[in-house]
Amino acid sequence: MSPQARRRLLVWGGYAAVLVAAPLVFHKGFSLSLLCQMGIIIVFSLSYNMLLGQTGLLSFGHAVYYGMGALITIHALNLVQHGWKFPVTLMPLVGGAAGLFFGVVFGYITTRRAGTTFAMISLGIGEMMAACSLMFPGFFGGEAGISGNRSSGGAFLGITYGPQIQMYYLVAAWLLLSTAAMYALSRTPLGRMANAVRDNPERAQFVGYDPQHVRFMMVALSGFFAGIAGGLAALNYEIVTAESLSASTSGMVLLATYLGGIGFFAGPIAGAIVVTLMQTALGSITNAWPFYFGAMFLATVLFVPGGIASVAVLHKRFWDAKLLRRVIAVYAALAVPAALALGFSVLLVEMAYNASDESRSAFRVLGYVIDTTATATWVAAISSTLAAIAACGFTWRAVSARWAEVGAALAGERKP
Amino acid sequence: MIVRSPLRAACCALAVLFASAASADIKIAYIDPLSGLMAATGEHGLRELEFAAEQVNAKGGVLGQKLVIVPLDNKLSTQESQIQLQAAIDQGVRYVVQGNGSSVAGVLIDAINKNNERNPDKTVVFLNYAAVDPDFTNDKCSFWHFRFDANSDMKMEALTSYMKDQKNIQKVYLLNQDYSFGHQVARAAREMLTAKRPDVKIVGDELHPLAKVKDFAPYVAKIQASGADTVITGNWGSDLQLLVKAAKDANLKADFYTYYAGVVGTPPALGDSGVDRVKVVTYWNPNSLATGQTSYIDAYKKKFGATSDPYTGSMHMALDYLTQAMARAGTTDPAKVARAMEGMNIEGPFGPTEMRASDHQLIQPLFVMTFVKNDGKSRYTADGTGDYTFRQEIRFEGPATARPTSCKMQRPS
Amino acid sequence: MELVLTSLLNGVTYGLLLFMLSSGLTLIFSMMGVLNFAHASFYMLGAYFGYAISTKVGFYPALVVAPLAVGAIGAAVERHGLRRAHTSGHVSELLFTFGLAFVIAEAVRLVWGSTPVPYKVPASLDGPLFTLYESTFPTYKAFMMLVSVGMLAALYAGLTKTRVGLVIRAALTRPDMAEALGHDVPRVFMLVFGGGAALAGLAGVIGGNAFVTDPGMAESLGTIVFVVVVVGGLGSLTGAFVASLFIGIVQTFAVAMDYSWHGMSLSRVAPVLPYLIMVAMLIVRPRGLMGTRET
Repeated sequence: MSPQARRRLLVWGGYAAVLVAAPLVFHKGFSLSLLCQMGIIIVFSLSYNMLLGQTGLLSFGHAVYYGMGALITIHALNLVQHGWKFPVTLMPLVGGAAGLFFGVVFGYITTRRAGTTFAMISLGIGEMMAACSLMFPGFFGGEAGISGNRSSGGAFLGITYGPQIQMYYLVAAWLLLSTAAMYALSRTPLGRMANAVRDNPERAQFVGYDPQHVRFMMVALSGFFAGIAGGLAALNYEIVTAESLSASTSGMVLLATYLGGIGFFAGPIAGAIVVTLMQTALGSITNAWPFYFGAMFLATVLFVPGGIASVAVLHKRFWDAKLLRRVIAVYAALAVPAALALGFSVLLVEMAYNASDESRSAFRVLGYVIDTTATATWVAAISSTLAAIAACGFTWRAVSARWAEVGAALAGERKP
Repeated sequence: MIVRSPLRAACCALAVLFASAASADIKIAYIDPLSGLMAATGEHGLRELEFAAEQVNAKGGVLGQKLVIVPLDNKLSTQESQIQLQAAIDQGVRYVVQGNGSSVAGVLIDAINKNNERNPDKTVVFLNYAAVDPDFTNDKCSFWHFRFDANSDMKMEALTSYMKDQKNIQKVYLLNQDYSFGHQVARAAREMLTAKRPDVKIVGDELHPLAKVKDFAPYVAKIQASGADTVITGNWGSDLQLLVKAAKDANLKADFYTYYAGVVGTPPALGDSGVDRVKVVTYWNPNSLATGQTSYIDAYKKKFGATSDPYTGSMHMALDYLTQAMARAGTTDPAKVARAMEGMNIEGPFGPTEMRASDHQLIQPLFVMTFVKNDGKSRYTADGTGDYTFRQEIRFEGPATARPTSCKMQRPS
Repeated sequence: MELVLTSLLNGVTYGLLLFMLSSGLTLIFSMMGVLNFAHASFYMLGAYFGYAISTKVGFYPALVVAPLAVGAIGAAVERHGLRRAHTSGHVSELLFTFGLAFVIAEAVRLVWGSTPVPYKVPASLDGPLFTLYESTFPTYKAFMMLVSVGMLAALYAGLTKTRVGLVIRAALTRPDMAEALGHDVPRVFMLVFGGGAALAGLAGVIGGNAFVTDPGMAESLGTIVFVVVVVGGLGSLTGAFVASLFIGIVQTFAVAMDYSWHGMSLSRVAPVLPYLIMVAMLIVRPRGLMGTRET
């Protein structure tokens, strides 16, 4: 077997193994729910990256395909409860079909232009569908939503999808299939032409492909996969509300995809995992989570625009070029000041949230109670933060020469 | 003292992922928005719940155990609520309190029903303090759900009974938010008005998008053109504040009959534009209490400030019923406690109350009040203000507010 | 007849308010091609600063100081944040403003709390101006209209009659050439961004006390501002003015008219109308009503 094929087998095999083994490590009810949520968001983000990363189409209304997929699936689930014979295992395909349908319809309208125009149209369509969902509660369920029961289909080989663990394996299976399909799609001529259209639509036209046609196909197909994610969501939560179509869902998938890195196929996977963890786990630790979210997003946009994946790939390149040790040396020098600066900033934010929190609960750090209303505390906290940031700045100036060296070495210039 | 510390909570989160917590305390989860747009309402509710729990613990707790409140932020999302419910169950919580948003309540009822059916060793009871969709005590009723706020149909019943005797009401305009709650209010208003005052004309039935309208002037213009002298609206938050402001600006001479004029942020925002014009139906009327009965309110004000008002009395009521049911059942097992809570009677601060066994709806006295300037005679002012208060127009005893139910409760054997 | 006249008046008022909000955005959008999601956040900041200053000093000082403060923040954001994001492309700029909106909303909530603040209309401007049939028209709304028209006039004069305006317009259509001629185009960008933010701030000072001032006001303002800019056309201030009036009047009349179709009344669909108009415009004529370019 060629080394490339062996590597590919290793990667996909490892992926499948992680999916199978995850619930053995994280087996609590809450963790299983979290894993299911992650799986669904991963499929959703990968479908979004088909548009953003591969075709260069920024869309603000991608939740429409997800939400409609979820909605049609839950209606289908209710039909199953009333006697329609359709296996629940294949329900996400119903969602996918719905996503494909709306992808075709809206894609036809929206893909005549690209760039900002496309983004604005997608925004408009997203807002319209969200407004419609509240106004027509009969079909859309309104804000109370439409609920269903995923174990209504009767047992199949003993599987009813009642217990969360069975639901997890369903999500995992569809996740694996969808990832493989989307990856394969990115390698087909359509996928490659989508990249070409992203980089230089005029040139693509010269070569003989109609950019509008390529974009249209990608929108339709990404709608299909978004619909699959929606179908899985319908089965997992057993309820679909107007929230699935909302602007905040569109925003969330944009965030997750961008954070993971739009330049790499696997980037959105990392982004989806991080965003889900942050939203749920971080939310239960602190009330300041929206602030951290926004700040992290800003930091990514400004300093790491390639996302998590680009950081990983960069370090892999360091490893290959045997420069990792020098890079780690730079990090070690920065570690203490950076940790202090981060720690004090977090403390400052938490203090601010506590001070504005009307229930005035005591603020404890490492066992010491801190009075957040006293000016002295604030002066101390702010000055410590500023000092730590200054220390960071000094350290960075000291090591930036070394960092530049490593970068140059990576690029192939010889060091004297 | 119930504290929320980041580091402690981080350890709890990790514990949730890997281990299970065993404790002799009774854990009660509070699943409501603690961040984002509705954070203020969610935090107010949490404050009242924690205060009520503290009062119980100060008297020794229940069955020798203390009440511990576990706040979980659901960010007003139905999906997040399900995940937080799961997190709560993993932490050993058997009682869940929620009220902000009937959509979330509906999802929780569904999820709890399924959980109790699939995991009979981890049953959960749901104490609903403010989600007013009538369905939860009618077609969608559940043995595990108890509602402590009057549902929107009951509130409309009280409002229309008061309106029945107001002879100056001739033309009524219905203006509501375009979502399920608004639709329910409009439907109930129409039904009950035509039954009680067939001579009253309903001159308009308008729906506007939820929390999106900045300028209500066009709607007010329409109301003026219709000649209405009364407006019935379920609007809350900015929708109510902006509507009343626009009405004052355009000099609309109509009274507003509302559900939510008394809740967080609204009385100060209404200000002068609402005086003598805005009415509200509520179970909370602190000025009607005799001097000896106000210790709870005074303790609350002492702790949180003179303008704070524990108007979410349903929270206190819920804990009262819970602790008494536990004492009566002699256990904290949810199924037995639920059975004990059905049909219970407790003397509430404003009169006798009953947790109706047929549908798990609390029957309590309701008031219709008017928003007025405080002339110094009222002891308590409206929440967040020092100059305004609510004046009682009429009081309905519990049984007068009760409505028939279509609930076919299925009880576990 | 009464309803038509009142609705016309209301529609024009609402339209002018929309213009106040979107004039800054048009400038920024035209100049940099950046959809500034944080524009509504600058509006919110203006309202809060206006509240803070008017409770300490007075409303009229706030009218001057608050927009300047917001403008300074806007300029700083451009200089230190947006410029960096610009090097990574349009998507990065957009996402930067997206994240910024988030952070600003949270910061506001931290400082002033989650409940609405009692930002009141000043007594000198409170009360009715005139009576039309039965309903009164408040003085403050007339003041808002005045400021809005004044804004249009000042911007128009500034851009067409002054030298700075000339440089800005040059940088708008031919940034490279303007830079080649020796103008500091990055500085012009910073000034324009700051200026756009200041305009939004001014709209906030004026609008915050007429409407509710709470941390959710930026989000609830939502995307209507984008609709105006897109429908009006990129690069055109007059286009934005016409579009605001158009959308304001259409939306007001949709609410006022009692017309239903298959059980769905027009007034319920009214909030969705601007988006329908935007989508239709983008399909039929992407450069908007009076735009000078497409992207």
